[in-house]
Amino acid sequence: MSEIKPKSLLYLDNVSVSFDGFKALNALSFVIAPGELRAIIGPNGAGKTTMMDVITGKTRPDEGAVFFEDNIDLTTRDEADIARLGIGRKFQKPTVFESHTVWDNIELALNRKRGTFATLFYNLSKGDSARIEEILETVRLTARKDELAANLSHGQKQWLEIGMLLAQEPKLLLVDEPVAGMTDAETADTAILLREIAKTRAVVVVEHDMGFIRDLGVRVTCLAEGSVLAEGSLEFVSNDPRVIENYLGR
Amino acid sequence: MISAFILKSLDRNISVCIAVLAAVAFIVPALNLLVSTESIFHIPTYAVSLFGKYLTYALLALALDLVWGFCGILSLGHAAFFALGGYAMGMYLVRQIGSRGVYGNPLLPDFMVFLNWKEMPWYWYGFDHFWFAALMILAIPGLLAFVFGWLAFRSRVTGVYLSIITQAMTYALLLAFFRNEMGFGGNNGLTDFKDLLGFNIQSQGMRASLFAASAIALAIALLISSAIVRSKFGKVLVGLRDAESRTRFLGYRPENYKLVTFTISAMMAGIAGALYVPQVGIINPGEFAPANSIEVVIWTAVGGRGTLIGPIIGATLVNFGKSIFTAQFPEIWLFALGALFVATTLFLPKGIVGSFRQMSRSRTTRKRADTPEHLQVDKVGDKGANLPAESLAAE
Ligand SMILES: Nc1ncnc2c1ncn2[C@@H]1O[C@H](COP(=O)(O)OP(=O)(O)OP(=O)(O)O)[C@@H](O)[C@H]1O
Ligand SMILES: [Mg+2]
Repeated sequence: MSEIKPKSLLYLDNVSVSFDGFKALNALSFVIAPGELRAIIGPNGAGKTTMMDVITGKTRPDEGAVFFEDNIDLTTRDEADIARLGIGRKFQKPTVFESHTVWDNIELALNRKRGTFATLFYNLSKGDSARIEEILETVRLTARKDELAANLSHGQKQWLEIGMLLAQEPKLLLVDEPVAGMTDAETADTAILLREIAKTRAVVVVEHDMGFIRDLGVRVTCLAEGSVLAEGSLEFVSNDPRVIENYLGR
Repeated sequence: MISAFILKSLDRNISVCIAVLAAVAFIVPALNLLVSTESIFHIPTYAVSLFGKYLTYALLALALDLVWGFCGILSLGHAAFFALGGYAMGMYLVRQIGSRGVYGNPLLPDFMVFLNWKEMPWYWYGFDHFWFAALMILAIPGLLAFVFGWLAFRSRVTGVYLSIITQAMTYALLLAFFRNEMGFGGNNGLTDFKDLLGFNIQSQGMRASLFAASAIALAIALLISSAIVRSKFGKVLVGLRDAESRTRFLGYRPENYKLVTFTISAMMAGIAGALYVPQVGIINPGEFAPANSIEVVIWTAVGGRGTLIGPIIGATLVNFGKSIFTAQFPEIWLFALGALFVATTLFLPKGIVGSFRQMSRSRTTRKRADTPEHLQVDKVGDKGANLPAESLAAE
């Protein structure tokens, strides 16, 4: 067993998922090392979001293995379990609690006991407050902490969601199109933020924005039709003839 | 731990509402019992019972608000929990009749004698004790809600489908309780009550006490509900109402949160039903009618979903209107109720209390708003305004 599984944070082997006969993932395999920052690109419908669904327990794979930290089988766990193991996820469409304040959004995300009894009698400690302040500072929302999340701009919601993921203190962060709908300045700032975050944990970023990927300057995996087309530096991947044909050339 | 939990619940509005309920619990009985019938301050006994009944409806609406306003579960079967609590109380009251029934049978209630039953079914055991009945008033609705919720929430049934099965649940109970063989008095239900805790149920003192008990029960339920929704638990509820998958990926299990809240809410509804039955003097299967549950939704919507206080006001006002209306023009009451619901949805989507809060909030934001950024925020704010509980979160 341990021979075929290298020392990894996340390990996908031969994962397939089909929806009514259509293969969204087709024998997908790849490995993320602890602390790695990885970018994933690929045309629309390549299966990038489906891959995240499989890792986070939302979708069960038809076949294949998904392991976290070498030996935790994610295919047998539910979403809450997987989140508690230390996998955080940012959705493609920013998803924050609109009728809560910015502060409460972070408080809810904080990595504390999540049982019904624990939350019923939870008291905000000094330490927790300080942690929330710190995260708000990182995602530059301190000035808006008492406002409802519904009132934030699109870019700020993206950042709030990233802040919530930080509060969750994950070992692995999956980020689906973080800069969609952002201005150029916001996009550049987000690249800096993600690089900063990736210093202390592994991050997988799905993105279409090539400039953003270049700013990140990391190893790239290109998916198409549910499997890996090419993997390597951005330069290497973008010179691969199949990548050009399937993705960049379109 | 508990006291900190309760203290956190007291914002200004809730404190005022609880103080009003506590005052009403003493003043109304006093004006009924101590002031002479000639005085203009005297409150007649029939009015005390009538308003006592409204208070139990208010408690039912509050219970619904906890699941509808905060978890987003539109229960169209809440009257079932109310009726079950009512039946548990009714069974105790029937056992207190003893040999004073029409048939004078010391062991069996009249309807069982009429059915030629020789002995009491096992599920009637214990109901001659008040403590046992009190326990069942909480346990039966709570247990039903727990089992129902466990099945429904675990299989992730939500939205319209969930509403439909709650409606089916109350309808199934309606049909079951209509059957004589069930042993709950069939069509006629349970009635002709004589005593409660040894006192004549018709007496003026008992009526006033039941009123006071209803007001106090409502105040306590409001306190507990407020503590729940203002705790982190309550924030998770609003979170899963807005974005359930987000709560899952943060490591919460929404089904457990819904289950706890649904069960607590059902127990509140059970208490409401138990206080209702002695004040109206009867419980019959009609209380399970699907339309009853829908009326509760209307009271809650009119008062303001997700505000806790709104449903109390809504239930009282609508039922006060109903009493007046049905006395004057009984045939058009249902049309009036329907029109009220449509009008609320169109013109007061956040209900009475929700609209008030929104008005007072937009006045304060306008005062603050002199920078262009704030003006912009205000505009976007209107879009988020159809989410009711934001008013609570904002306080
Ligand atoms: N629940 C589902 N039921 C049916 N088909 C689905 C489902 N989820 C995804 N698909 C299909 O699977 C394919 C892969 O979808 P996925 O969302 O993973 O693509 P993606 O790479 O994230 O694309 P994009 O860049 O547009 O976000 C698509 O063709 C999509 O239509
Ligand atoms: Mg996608």
